[in-house]
Amino acid sequence: MNSRLHSALRVLPQYLGDHVLLSAAALALGVAVSLPLLIAARRSAHVRWPVLAAASLIQTVPGIALLALFYPLLLGLSALTHRLVGWRLPALGFLPSLLALTLYSILPILRNGITAILNLDPAILQAARGVGMTSHQRLLRVELPLAAPMLMAGVRTSAVWVIGTATLATPVGQTSLGNYIFTGLQMEDWVWVLFGCGAAVALALATDQLLSLIELGLARRRPALVWLGLAALLAGVGAAAAPLHAAQRGGYVVGAKNFSEQYILASLIARRIRATGHPVTERTGLGSSLAFQALAGNELDVYVDYSGTLWNDVLHRTSRPSRQRMLRELRASLRRRYGVELLGALGYENAYVLAMRRGEADALGIHTIAQLARAAPRLALGGDLEFFARPVWKALERRYGLHFRVLRQYEPTFMYHALMSREVDVIAAFSSDGRIAADHLVVLQDPLHVIPPYDAVLLLSPHRAHDPVLRRALEPLIGAIPIALMRRANDMVDRPRHKRSPRQAAEWLAHAAHLR
Amino acid sequence: MIALQGVSKSFDGGATYAVREITLEVPSETFLAVVGDSGSGKTTLLKTINRLIEPEGGEVFIDGEPVHATPAHSLRRRIGYVFQGIGLFPHMSVAENVGITPRLIGWPEQAIRLRVEELIDLVSLPRAYLTRRPAELSGGQRQRVGIARALAARPSILLMDEPFGALDPVTREALGSECRRLHESMRLTTVMVTHDILEAVLLADRIVVMRHGRIVADGEPHALLCGHDDPAVRTLMDMPRRQAARVRALLEERGA
Repeated sequence: MNSRLHSALRVLPQYLGDHVLLSAAALALGVAVSLPLLIAARRSAHVRWPVLAAASLIQTVPGIALLALFYPLLLGLSALTHRLVGWRLPALGFLPSLLALTLYSILPILRNGITAILNLDPAILQAARGVGMTSHQRLLRVELPLAAPMLMAGVRTSAVWVIGTATLATPVGQTSLGNYIFTGLQMEDWVWVLFGCGAAVALALATDQLLSLIELGLARRRPALVWLGLAALLAGVGAAAAPLHAAQRGGYVVGAKNFSEQYILASLIARRIRATGHPVTERTGLGSSLAFQALAGNELDVYVDYSGTLWNDVLHRTSRPSRQRMLRELRASLRRRYGVELLGALGYENAYVLAMRRGEADALGIHTIAQLARAAPRLALGGDLEFFARPVWKALERRYGLHFRVLRQYEPTFMYHALMSREVDVIAAFSSDGRIAADHLVVLQDPLHVIPPYDAVLLLSPHRAHDPVLRRALEPLIGAIPIALMRRANDMVDRPRHKRSPRQAAEWLAHAAHLR
Repeated sequence: MIALQGVSKSFDGGATYAVREITLEVPSETFLAVVGDSGSGKTTLLKTINRLIEPEGGEVFIDGEPVHATPAHSLRRRIGYVFQGIGLFPHMSVAENVGITPRLIGWPEQAIRLRVEELIDLVSLPRAYLTRRPAELSGGQRQRVGIARALAARPSILLMDEPFGALDPVTREALGSECRRLHESMRLTTVMVTHDILEAVLLADRIVVMRHGRIVADGEPHALLCGHDDPAVRTLMDMPRRQAARVRALLEERGA
């Protein structure tokens, strides 16, 4: 418990700093966009109606979907800018998160502002005309000052939303307090999940209090309070951002998808690069296909993927060559089509496997997928969030004639719980997962060899394909990690008791694999 | 001099008229009261003078020049206006409220300060009130500030829309007298809209009676009190007389 808390605190400056910078930028941009809209909408119902409707519509889009939608949009734009000016707009991380959160922040500001301006006392507005103010003077001297307290209340609501929603920026590659939550969820580390929630709540409350100081200053017409609140906010952003600057960002960027093994490997890779004296940034918790696109776009420098996934999902190939041939063809095709360098295989495989509880498998006499097909109509199958959309599942379904009673999707962590609590009878597990042994699961054989090999392979981005530092640091990993070691490292992170952090597991793995 | 020539205004596209073909001349330094029931068009008439309402027909002239020749905001800076709802700016102090029009015109700060102090004395408010917000004042004090604000930029014309409507009778009488005094000392041309015929009789040099958007009577208070062809005007003007007679009778009763 204590070490969990300690490991959480260690990364707090980076997570908090990134979270604060992202939220502050989104809120500032939101205010900057909302104010002109508000001014345009204040007199004309023709402007007001569509603007409010659009802002409301955006608000109904789930936050995570909004973030996810900006990624492909920016990816398209990125390709365009690359073609036009030879420079790639970054499509991952800060920019999509900023744009989505900005859109999210507009509605409360706009709605409060419009309500405030529409409800101003008509006698005062007429007096403003009567004393000889122009339209511009009425806006600046009367309407905005009188609407300011309510407008500020809108900014407060917006700030709380933005800070909360910014935790969802993690899957699109932006570090935030959400990293605690997503990582914690993967590793069943509730200390981390709670820590992430607590930090986000504390940040939201503190921001809200400072903004309420500004609101009070505006309502009571006490400029000193407004300045005090603003100064405190700026100081807070500055203090949170300072460690980021000090941490000297940049250098090599190591990516990881959103499961424990990936966190451990990213930590292992980062450790080896750092040992050469170069700075490293880790971008973890990426969606599966996002990671490859980010690498091809040079937004990541290195990460680990799996040969079968690349074969099926990136190259869209359906043939089943031998392990060595698949690796050879992958290396050639990825280099030709994306400029991505396949440095080599780590030495173990993390394949999709169908697994059952031993007791039930024995009772039903099921040891192969072919035998499973007969019993399947009475059984429930659980998969991770991506499995049922993957070509490997389509192939299994077709070749074995699998028809399950029901298909359920889970976060990988909960999938194992679902199997053990008999919510499902079969799961699409991962062969390197420590929980297969820990939970005494039976892995069903694949007599038709439908499931392709899933060798863990190191991928380098086009820009780093021939980087001598990276090659020197990572070549010793090739062929160095047998399946047994990877399973144990995974188990250290995933087991319910005596948990280790991915960093600790990576350290153990480095020693166990005799890596210098 | 203010002159209205055939001024008409409809708020429903011509079905009914708030004011209809009004022609009226108000010579300089006159105190004119416009009286009539609610809906008779008296406020609409007043607002056409400083273009708070733009008439559809006819034209308004000030000192021989059509009001349209001047942008609305600069015209209004030259015409004092006292509002029915007072309309002080709640986010500004008394001093900022009074000084607003000179500030819009661009007077030097020092001149604004002196003028504000002069006016706060003229409307009989203590100078300590200058830093207060309107919300901290009583109704009568607020309207004094409203009058000071209207006069700040030394206008030659003062328009007042039911200025004392919301005040208690004592304050109302006192403020009325002060307005008359300011009217004379500043040599203003004043147009006051009121539904209180007694107030009109006591303060104005001349009274215009309106009904259904038209002027039905126009004359000095004394002349109107002595009688009129229109029976409704007669009834209206009889009221202050009857009241005065009853008060006199009451006093004599006790004296006897």
